[in-house]
Amino acid sequence: MSSAPDAAVPESPVPDAPDSGTARVALTPAAAEWLVKLTVIHGPLMFHQSGGCCDGSAPMCYPDGDFKIGGSDVHLGDLSVEGLAPIGFYMSSSQFAYWKHTHLTVDVVQGRGSGFSVEAPEGVRFLIRSRLFTDEESAALNG
Amino acid sequence: MAKYAAPGQPDSVVSFKPRYDHFIGGDYVAPARGQYFENPTPITGETFTEVARGTAEDVEAALDAAWGAAPSWGKTSVTERANILNKMADRIEANLEKIAIAESWENGKACRETLAADIPLAVDHLRYFAGAIRAQEGNISQIDEDTVAYHFHEPLGVVGQIIPWNFPILMAIWKLAPALAAGNAVVLKPAEQTPASIHVLMDVIADLLPPGVLNIVNGFGVEAGKPLASNKRIRKIAFTGETTTGRLIMQYASENLIPVTLELGGKSPNVFFNDVAAKNDAFYDKALEGFAMFALNQGEVCTCPSRALIQQEIYPEFLQDSVKRTEQIKQGHPLDTDTMIGAQASNDQLEKILSYIDIGRQEGAKILTGGERADLGGELSGGYYVQPTIFEGNNSMRVFQEEIFGPVVSVARFTDYDDAIKIANDTLYGLGAAVWSRDGNVAYRAGRDIQAGRVWVNNYHAYPAHAAFGGYKQSGVGRENHKMMLDHYQQTKNLLVSYSQNAQGFF
Repeated sequence: MSSAPDAAVPESPVPDAPDSGTARVALTPAAAEWLVKLTVIHGPLMFHQSGGCCDGSAPMCYPDGDFKIGGSDVHLGDLSVEGLAPIGFYMSSSQFAYWKHTHLTVDVVQGRGSGFSVEAPEGVRFLIRSRLFTDEESAALNG
Repeated sequence: MAKYAAPGQPDSVVSFKPRYDHFIGGDYVAPARGQYFENPTPITGETFTEVARGTAEDVEAALDAAWGAAPSWGKTSVTERANILNKMADRIEANLEKIAIAESWENGKACRETLAADIPLAVDHLRYFAGAIRAQEGNISQIDEDTVAYHFHEPLGVVGQIIPWNFPILMAIWKLAPALAAGNAVVLKPAEQTPASIHVLMDVIADLLPPGVLNIVNGFGVEAGKPLASNKRIRKIAFTGETTTGRLIMQYASENLIPVTLELGGKSPNVFFNDVAAKNDAFYDKALEGFAMFALNQGEVCTCPSRALIQQEIYPEFLQDSVKRTEQIKQGHPLDTDTMIGAQASNDQLEKILSYIDIGRQEGAKILTGGERADLGGELSGGYYVQPTIFEGNNSMRVFQEEIFGPVVSVARFTDYDDAIKIANDTLYGLGAAVWSRDGNVAYRAGRDIQAGRVWVNNYHAYPAHAAFGGYKQSGVGRENHKMMLDHYQQTKNLLVSYSQNAQGFF
């Protein structure tokens, strides 16, 4: 679900975060490699950022469309991996209100988590690394 | 002090089998696709057993077994079911050490907790629901002189349950006891991080239940959890975990129009009013312990008091005493009975906690103690240990808003009552909370004003059966740990009976 306007595609019900797709989310090379492998198994993928306990605060990776996003979510941007369709990254808008001052990088570590995220059976778990936006970035993103 | 031998050692109270299959229809059954996954202990990082890697075929086999058992199980008398739950409780009690050490080894938690809390609470929970189902009554409504509405409780049939890894045995029993008491058959999926200790429990209790009444399918969420949660043949799904998976499970349930119960965690405020420090007495000491409760179970509790809010007049001194109390927490080998805090449950959990300590630092929160991974040396160097950590900051920081699920507390000050309530409620969640005050009126009002399903007043982390537990806001749906959970596992059958001889008069 790209943020680029496309007359053939009905408008997404999911609002874009301000200036999404430019700087809010990124990937480590290791995470990108896993996304290539996982796409072979599961087809095109998406992320939804979780909250709450247990595996909460971890990003969940699903076959694209498996998780129904809607009006309560925001689209933070698309992760691009060479050879793959853009991988949308979403979060509930209520959670985004508390996260919007931080830049997120999807990384991967050894482990297995316990949600329905597709990488778990491979012995790895996606993880979010965060950094604060600089003042210039904040000004550009949040006006 | 005593230190239990590691499972598998000659003098250990428990040994794991080298491999566990699924438990389906009263027997252990190999996974349809023949695959297994390794199960490491977070205490040392070493693998100690392997477990069936379930898939949709195994879930279907378990559902066949469950539906085979459900009709006759649902028609057993409540006396019969209550007696079975009581026998399960007795057996678990008689094997308490064995099950407790198995759970500690698998999860990494200190055995003083599993011995004194997790397993005794599981025993009590079974007895509570045995009593509750015996005492449950339907009711009647007299509509008019000749018409009576009878209300009967009937089981749902077959239900699915997905168990978290932070209390592998207790959370399973929280869900199983009401489901079985109500007469349902169950297909249960343990967490993939803690799939084995429940089979140690099953070794002790399996023969008490008719085959097919309780079925356990192990495996990963995407491979085994999804085919269970999205299955047309379950009549209800129960899940404890986090919000995105909670939404996904609700979404599957909406496709099948079945009810869900969800427990999705929180970011629980622990509120200390000025009068807590009016005297340096036993109550003050209790409050300091209440602060340090964030480290219980390594912070891997949905209700971890991970936001401490302290009133400004007592803030410096109370915080200083709290740091001192926290620094007295003894971290060590989880099988040593003196150890207060053990290992985080997995490597990914450890990494997540460290990533939060990093963002907390970046946001300018000040570390008052801890803040690092702990290397306990020797064989424990391969395990996943974190120092109990205290952050000082403000409620808009991410470490105040997200459940880190580690031994990390974020502390802020408040000015007055209204400020306390405002900060306490400035969160997406509403599972747990506590208020500490010597003034009963203040404690009562604060307890009512905080938007959370469980507010402890002048205590923390008590989980007795018969006290309802569940969330407001994004923390979930339903109330466990109380007889009201029976409603979530029962249909209401209404027989509307006319005792009149006469036509109704329409035609």
